[in-house]
Amino acid sequence: MSISGIMQLRQNFFIIILFFGMVLSGVIFLNNIQNSCKQQKIEQVVIKPKWKQKTFGLRSLPGLLYNQASVLVGSRTDVASVTPWSAPIIWEGTFDPILIDSIYKQHNLTIATTVFALGKYTRFVKDFLESAEQHYFVGFRVHYYLFTDQPESIPEVKIGEKRNLTVLKVQSLKRWQDISMSRMEKLEKLIENELANKADYIFCLDIDTKFYGRWGVESLGRLVGVIHPWFFDAPRDRFTYERRPESQAYIPAGEGDFYYAGAAFGGLLEDVHQLTKTCREKLLIDAANSIEAVWQEESHLNKYFLLNKPSKLLSPEYMWRDINEKADQIKVIRFSNVAKNYAEVRPNP
Amino acid sequence: MTLLRQNFIIILVFFGMVLSGLIYLNHNQCRCNQKMKEQGIINGGTDETIHPRKSRCNQQITEQGITNLEWKQNTFGLRSSPGLLYNQQSALVGSRTDVASVTSWSAPIIWEGTFDSTLIDSIYKQQNLTIATTAFALGKYVRFVKDFLESAEQHYFVGFRVHYYLFTDQPELVPEVKMGENRSLTVLKVQSLKRWQDISMSRMEKLEKLIESELASEANYIFCLDIDTKFYGRWGVESLGRLVGVIHPWLYDTSRDKFTYERSPKSQAYIPAGEGDYYYAGGAFGGSLEDVYHLTKTCREQMSIDAANSIEAVWQEESHLNKYFLLNKPSKLLSPEYMWRDINASAAQIKIVRFTNVPKNYAEIRPNP
Repeated sequence: MSISGIMQLRQNFFIIILFFGMVLSGVIFLNNIQNSCKQQKIEQVVIKPKWKQKTFGLRSLPGLLYNQASVLVGSRTDVASVTPWSAPIIWEGTFDPILIDSIYKQHNLTIATTVFALGKYTRFVKDFLESAEQHYFVGFRVHYYLFTDQPESIPEVKIGEKRNLTVLKVQSLKRWQDISMSRMEKLEKLIENELANKADYIFCLDIDTKFYGRWGVESLGRLVGVIHPWFFDAPRDRFTYERRPESQAYIPAGEGDFYYAGAAFGGLLEDVHQLTKTCREKLLIDAANSIEAVWQEESHLNKYFLLNKPSKLLSPEYMWRDINEKADQIKVIRFSNVAKNYAEVRPNP
Repeated sequence: MTLLRQNFIIILVFFGMVLSGLIYLNHNQCRCNQKMKEQGIINGGTDETIHPRKSRCNQQITEQGITNLEWKQNTFGLRSSPGLLYNQQSALVGSRTDVASVTSWSAPIIWEGTFDSTLIDSIYKQQNLTIATTAFALGKYVRFVKDFLESAEQHYFVGFRVHYYLFTDQPELVPEVKMGENRSLTVLKVQSLKRWQDISMSRMEKLEKLIESELASEANYIFCLDIDTKFYGRWGVESLGRLVGVIHPWLYDTSRDKFTYERSPKSQAYIPAGEGDYYYAGGAFGGSLEDVYHLTKTCREQMSIDAANSIEAVWQEESHLNKYFLLNKPSKLLSPEYMWRDINASAAQIKIVRFTNVPKNYAEIRPNP
């Protein structure tokens, strides 16, 4: 090889080495940026579970016909149809079912619905499910989640198209108060693990109940509470809130909007997750302080709703005393407790 | 030079380009993550770090779609401060028995007495909101700016962060108005227009563009108001909602077939007899940025179609607004207290006049009849 040939080669070598040197430093540089960026991302607060996207407006179909509502005449003059924070209160006559069904049908919704049937309470499942199939979100997609300690005792119930039932086995518990309170944690976990991407709304209902009238999309909202059937015309100082300051559920006299029923609440997955998580945490703190709120998780629910106002309230039509009981303002009984012998059906007094 | 050397140089240049490309991309990624961080995808309390969101941001950059605007997150619940005291409201006695306080699709209608201002101020103060507020003052309408802004500073979202956007063709004529803390005014110059109808209608497009380019990640809510008006009473957080319409002050006690909807089937704003919920005022509407963006975009598109068909709706963009609200129900309605006829006009149901048209000589002030 000639000398100039060797020089050429050496030059080439240098060029190559220089080039690789640049590449190397470039790669190191990039990696640094990458790392600091990732660092930022990780430090960055909270990336929450991916909730199913809520992008609905209230789209109405062109050409849909229904009566005009007056601006000056409320449809119900014997009840309040809105709260002081402008959340609607749903009573018969305050909504147009044709209009709202048409609005919500466009959204392909899934409504998760949870109930707990432990011990002798499994006897209520059949009526609950059969009546729900008749009245509850008819025509919409509903997924029931039934928690029970005796899956084999669950009867076959014919469930409509687009609706299904998942039975989840849980441990038996000895005290009915514990059964009641443990629901919060089960719900929190269910939402986290199962529902986050699958349902749009969730309702959590008591099982010892039955549907007698329409329960539909008028009940949907971000955070929904039901006014307790025994306290809707009581002054707030008669509400059976937890009154001991030692409990996390404590609400002092002079405070409180409504007394909400623990037997029915619901809303968006995200909001109900926050509710169940908070209640579960507060129940735990109380337990650690050896205190049990007067109405168990219902007391904690009421505390939660005091500090986190529901965006919609359902009247006691949606959680009534008994099908045979009447009250002037209750024009339709939609969902009600069923008569039972508490001494016989509960595992403990 | 030998072929080999040439090849070497080519390869070198190639790798150099690849490298700078990589550096550029990564820089973008990082900026993107930066943006995500600034957006604050912040949850109200859960502290779970699950599956970092993968490349949604990159997707945005590559997709170049208007549909991928990053809206400021409205993740609020209605959190109330512990210990706040206010009267109990009965479930059986409505606070107003002379008016409807809810629509047939369960949207609240806001009247004096139907809300507790102490309570809701306390709820919304926790949310660090920004309310964008737009007005247009072209031609002689610039004379209304002073009263509008001064009265707004007295009554409109007092104590909250408000950013006014004033569109005008004569920025030099906009007077100095003292603004409270946390309140600002941006003056935007626009072209003059010869017809008042065109001035009115062009607002939709300007609003659409404003939201797209400026507001999407800066404000939580927006209200779009007429300028020939004045505030006389509280206009506060009770008016906030996803999509908010105001019931027209002249048409709240009327049957739907008397509403001045556009009645020609040739127009996109057409509403046939027998349909319609309320007649909404074009002088005030609002809501979340995303929803108002969709509204203004749709109205602008529909007006374009009408123009192409040589038709102008009877009440210009107000007709299109009404069509929009028929098909996209507002989530909240404001009573005519929020857009009244005149401070000196009264009506039994109007217990307080909050915002109203001011008297004017239309012949003198409009650029055309």
